[in-house]
Amino acid sequence: MKIKVVVTLKNGVLDPQGKAIQQTLNGMGYSNIEGVRQGKYFDLEIAEKDEAKAKAAAEEMCKKLLANLVIEDFKIL
Amino acid sequence: MKSSVIIFPGSNCDRDMDVALKKFGFKNTMVWHNDDKLPKSDLIVLPGGFSYGDYLRCGSIAGKSKIINSVIDFAKTGGLVLGICNGFQILTETGLLPGVLLQNKNIEFICKNVFVKINDKNNKYFNKINKEILELHIAHNEGNYFCSDDELRELENNNQIAAYYCDEKGNCDDRSNPNGALKNIAGILNKEKNVLGMMPHPERMIDKYLSGEDGSIFFKNLLNNLKI
Repeated sequence: MKIKVVVTLKNGVLDPQGKAIQQTLNGMGYSNIEGVRQGKYFDLEIAEKDEAKAKAAAEEMCKKLLANLVIEDFKIL
Repeated sequence: MKSSVIIFPGSNCDRDMDVALKKFGFKNTMVWHNDDKLPKSDLIVLPGGFSYGDYLRCGSIAGKSKIINSVIDFAKTGGLVLGICNGFQILTETGLLPGVLLQNKNIEFICKNVFVKINDKNNKYFNKINKEILELHIAHNEGNYFCSDDELRELENNNQIAAYYCDEKGNCDDRSNPNGALKNIAGILNKEKNVLGMMPHPERMIDKYLSGEDGSIFFKNLLNNLKI
């Protein structure tokens, strides 16, 4: 089954790319954009029919590789 | 003294490191990332470069490679492991060193000479080094050292900060901080002081005609310390 994972920077961690994107959007006329944080999205194709088991496996993968918990949070969708 | 340099796909400072180590008297062996055993070594070096194309996060894939388990075991039994640039990033990803290297604050790849001030000499790398401020080269996109407040406190309390970015007179401030690193941190040690990670490249400063010789001071000193 397919498991979707989103990895984002924790609050307080500097995100210069997000900042640059925000400034560009502001420059394009989107003056109401007050903040942008860039993240990562993963589609995991897991050979597992049980959703709970697949999500548990994805969580372990996030902790071990997909996210660096010093600076990132992850969410399994 | 025997050293080993690990080559990952995308490493590009491995041969510079090989030249530097041999120049100062190490018997160096190059080790491929897919090997699972290390040759008998007094020093393991994780070189600079872009291991595995810097995919996912810098150093993250190398941090799970086949050889890295042997490197971790070697470090945990007190063996000397030196990570330069991408090697430093790999060491943080393995958990041998705390924190992480974020993208440079100004989102630019920085390639220039910098000065670093040696902070702690109570280790094999810098013990008895006869120069406090070294001019070394940096070339990186992700060198902005970051860690939690608790980790920083621990680094400071245990004297684990190896070197700070500074100006030629030794002043550490925002102007002498090339990449936004927390507290101007250029390199750190683990608690046991056998694992050193730093962004600057000593192997690029070993020729007085091409660059400068402050890297030579580092390697000569390290070799002397290992002989004791």
